[in-house]
Amino acid sequence: MVKRLIFGAIAILLVSLGAYAALYVAPDERTMGVIQRIFYFHAATAWAGETTFFVCFLANLLYIWKRQPKYDWLGVTCAEVGVACITVVLITGPIWAHPVWGIWWTWDARLTSTFVLWLLYISYLLLRTLIEEADRRAVLSALFGIFAFIDVPIVFGAIRWWRTQHPAPVIMGGPGSGLDPTMRRVFFFNVLAMHVLAAFLIVERYLLEETKHDVQTLQREAEAR
Amino acid sequence: MGLLSNAAAILGKEVRTEFRSRELLSTTIVFVLIVVVLFSFTFGPTSNESRRFGPGLLWLAFLFAASLMLQPCFLREQVNDTLSALRLAASDPFAIFLAKIGANTVFLLLTELIMLPVFAILFNVHYQSQLPGLLLTFFLGSLGVATAGTALAAISTQAKMRELLLPVLLLPVLAPILIASTEVTVGLMSPEPFMEWKGIGFILVFDVVFLTALWLFGEYLLEE
Repeated sequence: MVKRLIFGAIAILLVSLGAYAALYVAPDERTMGVIQRIFYFHAATAWAGETTFFVCFLANLLYIWKRQPKYDWLGVTCAEVGVACITVVLITGPIWAHPVWGIWWTWDARLTSTFVLWLLYISYLLLRTLIEEADRRAVLSALFGIFAFIDVPIVFGAIRWWRTQHPAPVIMGGPGSGLDPTMRRVFFFNVLAMHVLAAFLIVERYLLEETKHDVQTLQREAEAR
Repeated sequence: MGLLSNAAAILGKEVRTEFRSRELLSTTIVFVLIVVVLFSFTFGPTSNESRRFGPGLLWLAFLFAASLMLQPCFLREQVNDTLSALRLAASDPFAIFLAKIGANTVFLLLTELIMLPVFAILFNVHYQSQLPGLLLTFFLGSLGVATAGTALAAISTQAKMRELLLPVLLLPVLAPILIASTEVTVGLMSPEPFMEWKGIGFILVFDVVFLTALWLFGEYLLEE
Protein backbone atom coordinates (compact mmCIF):
# COMPACT_ATOMS: atom_id res chain seq x y z
CA MET A 1 0.00 0.00 0.00
CA VAL A 2 2.80 2.41 0.97
CA LYS A 3 4.63 1.50 -2.23
CA ARG A 4 1.54 2.27 -4.29
CA LEU A 5 1.10 5.62 -2.54
CA ILE A 6 4.74 6.56 -3.14
CA PHE A 7 4.47 5.49 -6.80
CA GLY A 8 1.32 7.60 -7.20
CA ALA A 9 2.97 10.59 -5.55
CA ILE A 10 6.00 10.30 -7.86
CA ALA A 11 3.73 10.10 -10.92
CA ILE A 12 1.75 13.18 -9.88
CA LEU A 13 4.93 15.08 -8.98
CA LEU A 14 6.52 14.28 -12.36
CA VAL A 15 3.43 15.32 -14.31
CA SER A 16 3.19 18.56 -12.32
CA LEU A 17 6.88 19.31 -12.92
CA GLY A 18 6.38 18.49 -16.59
CA ALA A 19 3.45 20.90 -16.79
CA TYR A 20 5.50 23.60 -15.04
CA ALA A 21 8.41 23.07 -17.43
CA ALA A 22 6.10 23.15 -20.45
CA LEU A 23 4.46 26.39 -19.32
CA TYR A 24 7.41 28.33 -17.84
CA VAL A 25 10.74 26.75 -18.79
CA ALA A 26 10.31 26.00 -22.49
CA PRO A 27 10.82 29.00 -24.81
CA ASP A 28 8.01 30.42 -26.93
CA GLU A 29 7.64 28.83 -30.34
CA ARG A 30 8.42 31.35 -33.11
CA THR A 31 5.27 31.14 -35.25
CA MET A 32 2.64 29.50 -33.05
CA GLY A 33 3.48 31.28 -29.81
CA VAL A 34 2.03 30.17 -26.54
CA ILE A 35 -0.49 27.70 -27.96
CA GLN A 36 2.39 25.43 -29.01
CA ARG A 37 2.97 24.57 -25.33
CA ILE A 38 0.12 22.06 -25.41
CA PHE A 39 2.40 20.01 -27.66
CA TYR A 40 4.43 18.82 -24.64
CA PHE A 41 1.30 17.37 -23.12
CA HIS A 42 -0.34 16.22 -26.37
CA ALA A 43 2.61 14.42 -27.97
CA ALA A 44 3.90 12.98 -24.67
CA THR A 45 0.48 11.46 -23.95
CA ALA A 46 0.36 10.05 -27.47
CA TRP A 47 3.73 8.35 -26.97
CA ALA A 48 2.62 6.95 -23.61
CA GLY A 49 -0.64 5.68 -25.17
CA GLU A 50 1.21 3.97 -28.00
CA THR A 51 3.63 2.32 -25.56
CA THR A 52 0.65 1.12 -23.53
CA PHE A 53 -0.99 -0.43 -26.61
CA PHE A 54 2.28 -2.16 -27.41
CA VAL A 55 2.34 -3.65 -23.90
CA CYS A 56 -1.28 -4.70 -24.47
CA PHE A 57 -0.21 -6.50 -27.66
CA LEU A 58 2.59 -8.29 -25.80
CA ALA A 59 0.15 -9.26 -23.04
CA ASN A 60 -2.25 -10.66 -25.66
CA LEU A 61 0.51 -12.72 -27.26
CA LEU A 62 1.69 -13.97 -23.86
CA TYR A 63 -1.85 -14.99 -22.93
CA ILE A 64 -2.25 -17.06 -26.08
CA TRP A 65 1.11 -18.67 -25.40
CA LYS A 66 1.05 -19.19 -21.61
CA ARG A 67 -2.68 -19.12 -20.81
CA GLN A 68 -2.17 -17.43 -17.44
CA PRO A 69 -5.01 -15.12 -16.32
CA LYS A 70 -2.53 -12.42 -15.29
CA TYR A 71 -1.78 -11.69 -18.96
CA ASP A 72 -5.48 -11.31 -19.65
CA TRP A 73 -5.72 -8.82 -16.78
CA LEU A 74 -2.71 -6.94 -18.11
CA GLY A 75 -4.30 -6.89 -21.57
CA VAL A 76 -7.56 -5.30 -20.50
CA THR A 77 -5.71 -2.93 -18.17
CA CYS A 78 -3.42 -1.65 -20.91
CA ALA A 79 -6.27 -1.34 -23.39
CA GLU A 80 -8.21 0.85 -20.94
CA VAL A 81 -5.24 3.05 -19.99
CA GLY A 82 -4.28 3.33 -23.68
CA VAL A 83 -7.81 4.37 -24.64
CA ALA A 84 -7.71 6.98 -21.85
CA CYS A 85 -4.39 8.36 -23.16
CA ILE A 86 -5.55 8.45 -26.78
CA THR A 87 -8.81 10.13 -25.69
CA VAL A 88 -6.68 12.87 -24.13
CA VAL A 89 -4.69 13.10 -27.38
CA LEU A 90 -7.87 13.36 -29.45
CA ILE A 91 -9.16 16.15 -27.18
CA THR A 92 -5.94 18.18 -26.86
CA GLY A 93 -5.25 17.90 -30.60
CA PRO A 94 -8.30 19.96 -31.70
CA ILE A 95 -7.63 22.49 -28.90
CA TRP A 96 -4.24 23.11 -30.53
CA ALA A 97 -5.53 22.79 -34.11
CA HIS A 98 -8.34 25.33 -33.89
CA PRO A 99 -6.20 28.46 -33.35
CA VAL A 100 -3.32 27.21 -35.53
CA TRP A 101 -5.11 25.61 -38.51
CA GLY A 102 -8.44 27.42 -38.05
CA ILE A 103 -10.34 24.12 -37.89
CA TRP A 104 -10.97 21.66 -35.09
CA TRP A 105 -10.44 18.54 -37.08
CA THR A 106 -8.97 17.49 -40.40
CA TRP A 107 -8.92 14.06 -42.03
CA ASP A 108 -5.18 13.94 -42.13
CA ALA A 109 -3.07 10.79 -41.88
CA ARG A 110 -2.05 10.92 -38.28
CA LEU A 111 -5.36 12.20 -36.91
CA THR A 112 -7.35 9.64 -38.83
CA SER A 113 -5.11 6.71 -37.97
CA THR A 114 -5.11 7.72 -34.30
CA PHE A 115 -8.90 7.84 -34.47
CA VAL A 116 -9.03 4.36 -36.06
CA LEU A 117 -6.58 3.09 -33.42
CA TRP A 118 -8.90 4.45 -30.73
CA LEU A 119 -11.94 2.82 -32.39
CA LEU A 120 -10.15 -0.54 -32.62
CA TYR A 121 -9.43 -0.59 -28.90
CA ILE A 122 -12.94 0.63 -28.06
CA SER A 123 -14.14 -2.42 -30.04
CA TYR A 124 -11.72 -4.57 -28.05
CA LEU A 125 -13.19 -3.32 -24.75
CA LEU A 126 -16.73 -3.74 -26.12
CA LEU A 127 -16.00 -7.31 -27.18
CA ARG A 128 -14.90 -8.15 -23.64
CA THR A 129 -18.24 -7.07 -22.20
CA LEU A 130 -20.12 -9.39 -24.58
CA ILE A 131 -18.46 -12.72 -23.76
CA GLU A 132 -19.51 -14.15 -20.42
CA GLU A 133 -17.27 -17.16 -19.98
CA ALA A 134 -13.95 -15.90 -18.60
CA ASP A 135 -11.64 -18.27 -20.49
CA ARG A 136 -13.28 -17.70 -23.87
CA ARG A 137 -13.32 -13.96 -23.23
CA ALA A 138 -9.62 -14.00 -22.51
CA VAL A 139 -8.71 -16.04 -25.62
CA LEU A 140 -10.99 -14.27 -28.08
CA SER A 141 -10.21 -10.75 -26.90
CA ALA A 142 -6.48 -11.54 -26.94
CA LEU A 143 -6.82 -12.71 -30.55
CA PHE A 144 -8.81 -9.62 -31.52
CA GLY A 145 -6.16 -7.49 -29.79
CA ILE A 146 -3.47 -9.15 -31.91
CA PHE A 147 -5.43 -8.65 -35.15
CA ALA A 148 -6.16 -5.03 -34.22
CA PHE A 149 -2.52 -4.25 -33.41
CA ILE A 150 -1.10 -5.71 -36.63
CA ASP A 151 -3.76 -3.73 -38.51
CA VAL A 152 -2.53 -0.40 -37.12
CA PRO A 153 0.61 -0.03 -39.32
CA ILE A 154 -1.44 -0.93 -42.41
CA VAL A 155 -4.08 1.65 -41.48
CA PHE A 156 -1.39 4.25 -40.98
CA GLY A 157 0.33 3.44 -44.26
CA ALA A 158 -2.92 3.47 -46.21
CA ILE A 159 -4.02 6.81 -44.82
CA ARG A 160 -0.58 8.36 -45.28
CA TRP A 161 -1.00 8.60 -49.09
CA TRP A 162 -3.37 11.46 -48.60
CA ARG A 163 -1.70 14.78 -48.25
CA THR A 164 -0.98 15.40 -44.64
CA GLN A 165 -1.61 18.56 -42.67
CA HIS A 166 -0.19 17.38 -39.35
CA PRO A 167 3.20 18.99 -38.57
CA ALA A 168 5.92 16.81 -40.06
CA PRO A 169 7.73 14.72 -37.46
CA VAL A 170 10.03 17.04 -35.51
CA ILE A 171 11.65 14.25 -33.51
CA MET A 172 13.56 11.65 -35.53
CA GLY A 173 12.03 13.26 -38.59
CA GLY A 174 15.04 13.62 -40.86
CA PRO A 175 17.21 16.54 -41.91
CA GLY A 176 15.83 20.02 -41.22
CA SER A 177 13.67 18.83 -38.35
CA GLY A 178 14.54 19.07 -34.69
CA LEU A 179 13.74 20.87 -31.50
CA ASP A 180 15.49 23.65 -29.64
CA PRO A 181 17.63 21.97 -26.89
CA THR A 182 15.49 23.35 -24.02
CA MET A 183 12.29 22.35 -25.79
CA ARG A 184 13.79 18.94 -26.36
CA ARG A 185 14.63 18.47 -22.68
CA VAL A 186 11.18 19.66 -21.60
CA PHE A 187 9.54 17.36 -24.13
CA PHE A 188 11.43 14.26 -23.08
CA PHE A 189 10.80 15.07 -19.43
CA ASN A 190 7.09 15.14 -20.24
CA VAL A 191 7.36 11.87 -22.15
CA LEU A 192 8.96 10.32 -19.05
CA ALA A 193 6.29 11.82 -16.77
CA MET A 194 3.43 10.51 -18.92
CA HIS A 195 4.99 7.04 -19.08
CA VAL A 196 5.32 6.97 -15.29
CA LEU A 197 1.71 8.14 -14.95
CA ALA A 198 0.54 5.47 -17.41
CA ALA A 199 2.56 2.83 -15.53
CA PHE A 200 0.98 3.94 -12.26
CA LEU A 201 -2.52 3.72 -13.77
CA ILE A 202 -1.70 0.29 -15.20
CA VAL A 203 -0.56 -1.00 -11.80
CA GLU A 204 -3.66 0.35 -10.06
CA ARG A 205 -6.07 -0.94 -12.71
CA TYR A 206 -4.31 -4.31 -12.76
CA LEU A 207 -4.68 -4.69 -8.99
CA LEU A 208 -8.37 -3.83 -9.35
CA GLU A 209 -8.78 -6.55 -11.99
CA GLU A 210 -7.00 -9.00 -9.69
CA THR A 211 -9.33 -8.10 -6.80
CA LYS A 212 -12.33 -8.51 -9.12
CA HIS A 213 -11.12 -11.98 -10.00
CA ASP A 214 -10.61 -12.86 -6.30
CA VAL A 215 -14.11 -11.65 -5.44
CA GLN A 216 -15.61 -13.73 -8.23
CA THR A 217 -13.72 -16.80 -7.05
CA LEU A 218 -14.93 -16.27 -3.47
CA GLN A 219 -18.48 -15.74 -4.71
CA ARG A 220 -18.38 -19.01 -6.59
CA GLU A 221 -17.02 -20.81 -3.53
CA ALA A 222 -19.74 -19.31 -1.35
CA GLU A 223 -22.43 -20.35 -3.81
CA ALA A 224 -21.06 -23.88 -3.98
CA ARG A 225 -21.49 -24.35 -0.23
CA MET B 1 -5.05 -35.80 -46.39
CA GLY B 2 -3.10 -32.62 -46.85
CA LEU B 3 -4.11 -29.11 -45.93
CA LEU B 4 -5.22 -28.20 -49.44
CA SER B 5 -7.29 -31.30 -50.13
CA ASN B 6 -8.98 -30.82 -46.74
CA ALA B 7 -9.69 -27.22 -47.56
CA ALA B 8 -10.97 -28.12 -51.02
CA ALA B 9 -13.39 -30.66 -49.56
CA ILE B 10 -14.79 -28.13 -47.05
CA LEU B 11 -14.91 -25.43 -49.73
CA GLY B 12 -16.98 -27.81 -51.87
CA LYS B 13 -19.35 -28.32 -48.95
CA GLU B 14 -19.69 -24.56 -48.35
CA VAL B 15 -20.40 -23.78 -51.99
CA ARG B 16 -22.85 -26.70 -52.36
CA THR B 17 -24.74 -25.66 -49.21
CA GLU B 18 -25.05 -22.10 -50.48
CA PHE B 19 -26.06 -22.96 -54.03
CA ARG B 20 -28.79 -25.31 -52.82
CA SER B 21 -30.69 -22.39 -51.31
CA ARG B 22 -28.86 -19.30 -52.60
CA GLU B 23 -30.30 -17.52 -49.53
CA LEU B 24 -27.12 -15.70 -48.63
CA LEU B 25 -26.28 -14.50 -52.12
CA SER B 26 -29.74 -13.31 -53.09
CA THR B 27 -30.22 -11.42 -49.82
CA THR B 28 -26.78 -9.82 -50.08
CA ILE B 29 -27.30 -8.69 -53.67
CA VAL B 30 -30.64 -7.09 -52.80
CA PHE B 31 -29.02 -5.45 -49.78
CA VAL B 32 -26.19 -3.92 -51.85
CA LEU B 33 -28.70 -2.71 -54.42
CA ILE B 34 -30.76 -1.00 -51.73
CA VAL B 35 -27.67 0.64 -50.21
CA VAL B 36 -26.50 1.92 -53.63
CA VAL B 37 -29.95 3.39 -54.38
CA LEU B 38 -30.17 4.99 -50.94
CA PHE B 39 -26.71 6.50 -51.38
CA SER B 40 -27.86 8.15 -54.60
CA PHE B 41 -30.44 10.10 -52.57
CA THR B 42 -27.75 11.64 -50.39
CA PHE B 43 -26.06 13.51 -53.25
CA GLY B 44 -26.96 14.36 -56.84
CA PRO B 45 -25.54 11.45 -58.82
CA THR B 46 -24.47 13.46 -61.84
CA SER B 47 -21.63 12.05 -63.83
CA ASN B 48 -18.68 14.02 -62.45
CA GLU B 49 -19.68 13.61 -58.86
CA SER B 50 -20.43 9.93 -59.26
CA ARG B 51 -16.97 9.31 -60.75
CA ARG B 52 -15.43 10.87 -57.67
CA PHE B 53 -17.69 9.45 -54.96
CA GLY B 54 -19.22 6.43 -56.69
CA PRO B 55 -16.35 3.96 -56.14
CA GLY B 56 -16.21 4.87 -52.45
CA LEU B 57 -19.93 4.32 -52.07
CA LEU B 58 -19.70 1.04 -53.94
CA TRP B 59 -16.95 -0.24 -51.66
CA LEU B 60 -18.77 0.99 -48.58
CA ALA B 61 -21.86 -0.93 -49.74
CA PHE B 62 -19.69 -4.06 -50.26
CA LEU B 63 -18.18 -3.67 -46.80
CA PHE B 64 -21.58 -3.28 -45.13
CA ALA B 65 -22.85 -6.27 -47.06
CA ALA B 66 -19.78 -8.30 -46.08
CA SER B 67 -20.18 -7.47 -42.41
CA LEU B 68 -23.67 -8.98 -42.60
CA MET B 69 -23.07 -11.89 -44.98
CA LEU B 70 -19.98 -13.20 -43.20
CA GLN B 71 -21.92 -13.86 -40.01
CA PRO B 72 -23.55 -17.16 -41.07
CA CYS B 73 -20.28 -18.88 -42.01
CA PHE B 74 -19.68 -19.95 -38.40
CA LEU B 75 -23.19 -19.40 -37.08
CA ARG B 76 -24.51 -22.16 -39.35
CA GLU B 77 -21.97 -24.57 -37.90
CA GLN B 78 -22.85 -23.54 -34.37
CA VAL B 79 -26.62 -23.81 -34.85
CA ASN B 80 -26.31 -27.24 -36.44
CA ASP B 81 -23.61 -28.25 -33.94
CA THR B 82 -21.28 -29.29 -36.73
CA LEU B 83 -18.16 -27.34 -35.79
CA SER B 84 -16.70 -30.14 -33.63
CA ALA B 85 -17.24 -32.64 -36.43
CA LEU B 86 -15.57 -30.26 -38.86
CA ARG B 87 -12.61 -29.87 -36.51
CA LEU B 88 -12.27 -33.62 -36.11
CA ALA B 89 -12.48 -34.17 -39.85
CA ALA B 90 -9.91 -31.57 -40.85
CA SER B 91 -6.28 -32.43 -40.14
CA ASP B 92 -5.44 -28.74 -39.59
CA PRO B 93 -7.89 -26.08 -38.33
CA PHE B 94 -6.36 -23.72 -40.89
CA ALA B 95 -8.02 -25.87 -43.60
CA ILE B 96 -11.42 -24.86 -42.19
CA PHE B 97 -10.45 -21.19 -42.36
CA LEU B 98 -8.97 -21.55 -45.83
CA ALA B 99 -12.21 -23.14 -47.07
CA LYS B 100 -14.43 -20.53 -45.42
CA ILE B 101 -12.25 -17.70 -46.75
CA GLY B 102 -12.40 -19.25 -50.22
CA ALA B 103 -16.18 -19.61 -50.10
CA ASN B 104 -16.69 -16.08 -48.74
CA THR B 105 -14.35 -14.63 -51.37
CA VAL B 106 -16.38 -16.39 -54.08
CA PHE B 107 -19.69 -15.11 -52.65
CA LEU B 108 -18.39 -11.55 -52.30
CA LEU B 109 -16.87 -11.59 -55.76
CA LEU B 110 -20.13 -12.83 -57.27
CA THR B 111 -22.05 -10.07 -55.53
CA GLU B 112 -19.56 -7.49 -56.80
CA LEU B 113 -19.63 -8.80 -60.37
CA ILE B 114 -23.42 -8.72 -60.45
CA MET B 115 -23.53 -5.25 -58.91
CA LEU B 116 -20.84 -3.66 -61.11
CA PRO B 117 -22.93 -3.31 -64.32
CA VAL B 118 -25.97 -2.22 -62.32
CA PHE B 119 -23.89 0.42 -60.55
CA ALA B 120 -22.33 1.56 -63.84
CA ILE B 121 -25.77 2.01 -65.44
CA LEU B 122 -27.30 3.80 -62.46
CA PHE B 123 -24.35 6.15 -61.94
CA ASN B 124 -23.34 6.50 -65.59
CA VAL B 125 -19.80 5.22 -65.09
CA HIS B 126 -17.72 3.56 -67.82
CA TYR B 127 -15.70 0.59 -66.75
CA GLN B 128 -15.61 -1.85 -69.72
CA SER B 129 -12.12 -0.90 -70.92
CA GLN B 130 -10.74 -1.31 -67.39
CA LEU B 131 -12.35 -4.65 -66.62
CA PRO B 132 -9.12 -6.65 -65.97
CA GLY B 133 -7.88 -4.06 -63.47
CA LEU B 134 -11.25 -3.94 -61.75
CA LEU B 135 -11.42 -7.73 -61.55
CA LEU B 136 -7.98 -7.83 -59.93
CA THR B 137 -9.01 -5.14 -57.41
CA PHE B 138 -12.29 -6.86 -56.62
CA PHE B 139 -10.59 -10.21 -56.21
CA LEU B 140 -7.80 -9.00 -53.90
CA GLY B 141 -10.16 -6.71 -51.99
CA SER B 142 -12.70 -9.49 -51.46
CA LEU B 143 -9.94 -11.84 -50.35
CA GLY B 144 -8.87 -9.32 -47.69
CA VAL B 145 -12.44 -8.68 -46.54
CA ALA B 146 -13.13 -12.42 -46.42
CA THR B 147 -9.91 -13.19 -44.52
CA ALA B 148 -10.36 -10.59 -41.78
CA GLY B 149 -14.13 -11.16 -41.81
CA THR B 150 -13.92 -14.93 -41.39
CA ALA B 151 -11.52 -14.55 -38.44
CA LEU B 152 -13.72 -11.97 -36.73
CA ALA B 153 -16.92 -13.90 -37.51
CA ALA B 154 -15.39 -16.81 -35.59
CA ILE B 155 -14.97 -14.42 -32.64
CA SER B 156 -18.36 -12.70 -32.84
CA THR B 157 -20.25 -16.00 -33.16
CA GLN B 158 -19.11 -16.87 -29.64
CA ALA B 159 -20.30 -13.57 -28.13
CA LYS B 160 -23.61 -11.94 -27.29
CA MET B 161 -25.13 -9.39 -29.70
CA ARG B 162 -23.23 -11.13 -32.48
CA GLU B 163 -25.14 -9.57 -35.39
CA LEU B 164 -24.19 -6.10 -34.21
CA LEU B 165 -20.77 -7.03 -32.91
CA LEU B 166 -19.34 -8.30 -36.21
CA PRO B 167 -19.64 -4.93 -38.02
CA VAL B 168 -18.24 -3.15 -34.94
CA LEU B 169 -15.18 -5.41 -34.90
CA LEU B 170 -14.77 -5.75 -38.64
CA LEU B 171 -15.31 -2.31 -40.14
CA PRO B 172 -12.43 -0.49 -38.37
CA VAL B 173 -10.09 -3.38 -39.19
CA LEU B 174 -11.09 -3.11 -42.87
CA ALA B 175 -10.26 0.61 -43.06
CA PRO B 176 -7.08 0.01 -45.13
CA ILE B 177 -8.97 -2.19 -47.61
CA LEU B 178 -11.65 0.47 -48.02
CA ILE B 179 -9.08 3.21 -48.59
CA ALA B 180 -6.84 1.28 -50.98
CA SER B 181 -9.65 -0.32 -53.02
CA THR B 182 -11.45 3.00 -53.35
CA GLU B 183 -8.27 4.71 -54.53
CA VAL B 184 -7.66 2.04 -57.16
CA THR B 185 -11.29 2.02 -58.33
CA VAL B 186 -11.41 5.84 -58.54
CA GLY B 187 -8.31 5.69 -60.76
CA LEU B 188 -9.83 3.03 -63.02
CA MET B 189 -13.18 4.81 -63.34
CA SER B 190 -11.77 8.31 -63.95
CA PRO B 191 -12.08 9.87 -67.45
CA GLU B 192 -8.41 9.10 -68.10
CA PRO B 193 -8.16 5.73 -66.40
CA PHE B 194 -4.96 4.68 -64.71
CA MET B 195 -3.93 1.76 -62.54
CA GLU B 196 -2.91 2.71 -59.00
CA TRP B 197 -0.42 -0.13 -58.43
CA LYS B 198 0.46 1.16 -54.96
CA GLY B 199 -3.14 0.48 -53.96
CA ILE B 200 -2.98 -3.06 -55.29
CA GLY B 201 0.26 -3.53 -53.35
CA PHE B 202 -1.43 -2.33 -50.20
CA ILE B 203 -4.38 -4.68 -50.53
CA LEU B 204 -1.90 -7.49 -51.16
CA VAL B 205 0.01 -6.62 -47.97
CA PHE B 206 -3.24 -6.66 -45.99
CA ASP B 207 -4.22 -10.05 -47.47
CA VAL B 208 -0.84 -11.61 -46.74
CA VAL B 209 -0.63 -10.20 -43.19
CA PHE B 210 -4.10 -11.41 -42.21
CA LEU B 211 -3.72 -14.82 -43.88
CA THR B 212 -0.46 -15.29 -41.98
CA ALA B 213 -2.05 -14.17 -38.71
CA LEU B 214 -4.89 -16.61 -39.24
CA TRP B 215 -2.48 -19.40 -40.09
CA LEU B 216 -0.59 -18.72 -36.84
CA PHE B 217 -3.55 -18.08 -34.52
CA GLY B 218 -6.57 -19.64 -36.28
CA GLU B 219 -6.63 -22.82 -34.20
CA TYR B 220 -7.19 -20.82 -30.99
CA LEU B 221 -10.30 -19.20 -32.48
CA LEU B 222 -12.01 -22.58 -32.74
CA GLU B 223 -11.08 -23.98 -29.31
CA GLU B 224 -13.86 -25.14 -27.06
